[in-house]
Amino acid sequence: MKDFQYAAPTTIQDATSLLTEHGSGARILAGGTDIIVQLREGLREADIVVDIKKIPELSDCQYSDVSGLYLGAAVACCDIYENADLAGRYGALADSTHIIGGWQIQSRASVGGNLCNASPAADTIPALIALNAEAQVTGPAGQRTIAVAAFCKGPGKNALVDGEFVVAIKIPPQSANMGSAYQRFIPRNEMDIAVVGVGSWIELDTVGNIANARLSLGAVAATPLFAEEASQFLVGKEPNDDNFALAAELAKQIVTPITDMRGTAQYRTHLVGVLVKRTLTTALARAQA
Amino acid sequence: MTTATKKIHVTTTVNGESVEFLCEPRNSLLEVLRDTLGLTGCKEGCNNGNCGACTVIINKRPVNSCLVLGVEAEGAEIETVEGIADARGLHPIQDCFLEGAALQCGICTPGFLVSAKALLEKKPGASEETIRFDLSGNLCRCTGYDKIVRAIQEADKQLSASTDDSKTND
Repeated sequence: MKDFQYAAPTTIQDATSLLTEHGSGARILAGGTDIIVQLREGLREADIVVDIKKIPELSDCQYSDVSGLYLGAAVACCDIYENADLAGRYGALADSTHIIGGWQIQSRASVGGNLCNASPAADTIPALIALNAEAQVTGPAGQRTIAVAAFCKGPGKNALVDGEFVVAIKIPPQSANMGSAYQRFIPRNEMDIAVVGVGSWIELDTVGNIANARLSLGAVAATPLFAEEASQFLVGKEPNDDNFALAAELAKQIVTPITDMRGTAQYRTHLVGVLVKRTLTTALARAQA
Repeated sequence: MTTATKKIHVTTTVNGESVEFLCEPRNSLLEVLRDTLGLTGCKEGCNNGNCGACTVIINKRPVNSCLVLGVEAEGAEIETVEGIADARGLHPIQDCFLEGAALQCGICTPGFLVSAKALLEKKPGASEETIRFDLSGNLCRCTGYDKIVRAIQEADKQLSASTDDSKTND
């Protein structure tokens, strides 16, 4: 691994100064499960690695019925699925954090890092998009908010400019009539990269029909996708297999998958349909529970 | 010619003992443990977070030490495979791996022992499915998984029996 400096600032201001000073030569370290591999294998370079885990705002995790979830960008995956209250409210996020790598990875990897790494096959990003999450970003020009659905710009590329970093992910509050789920298909039982991943979120109205829905698709385009038309189709509909199947067909229309060793484009498109139906069924069960 | 980055002084706890070392920022905790501290129990398998042979416990959580920088160990509590046995002898997990022949070439074994210890401390009485899921970050290329899982189940039984004994003795 090439030599680099290390800094562990304890405030957002100090981190911003370091990142601004070093520009594209600075790399952020949260859980390290992507960046350390990338630095070791020469996929990315750094003059300085800025460890953001000592900044309190980055490790904070709070829920309120008014403002929803504040998830510090450095919070580890296991802190999410091991928190029963959080896992109950944000099923899709718990599903996705529980299947990223093995236990050792989940002890370190952060949702913020998974987002910034911007892999088309990232597991948490479809879950975050389905849950209508936004990234709270800070940088030399101040704070801004970016919807997770607009955060990724291509494989490994995100919307941040030099000097900026994600402080937290914010997700709207959840009530008992809402449910969400994330599933992926992999040829192995565990420890693999999604061939396709799908996140679903639904809100039921007082008579049990769908008041709102959000579907998101991973590993079928250069970035994770928000399936807007398929989501809109479900609004006002009865939550049944026929409508789920029609939403699945609409979702399949927006994908532009590649063919690689994990699966062909045709196979991936088929899987989108299967996983949309399955995740909607799970999200529905959770909303009805 | 570039000047070498200054080494950083790190104070940490390894297997209950306070330890200090100097390392470059780019040194992984795995390199520090093996090359600086002489704790060669943790193995370098893939060096990219897939195989789990370098598993150690940091602040009660199993991690891949190849994906931790040595400098991140500042103030942490680290447990390695060397700390599993105590003065009285091997830990039941180690005994059960030996008795059950739960190893072939042995490279993955320290990682499995560390993960298994973390698992049984957190989830005593874990089902076979839970054991297999939670140990999916430890790979055995000799594919002796069945014997490993059975050894962990046996160790779990022995540990819960000894806990019951100590309760009776109270």
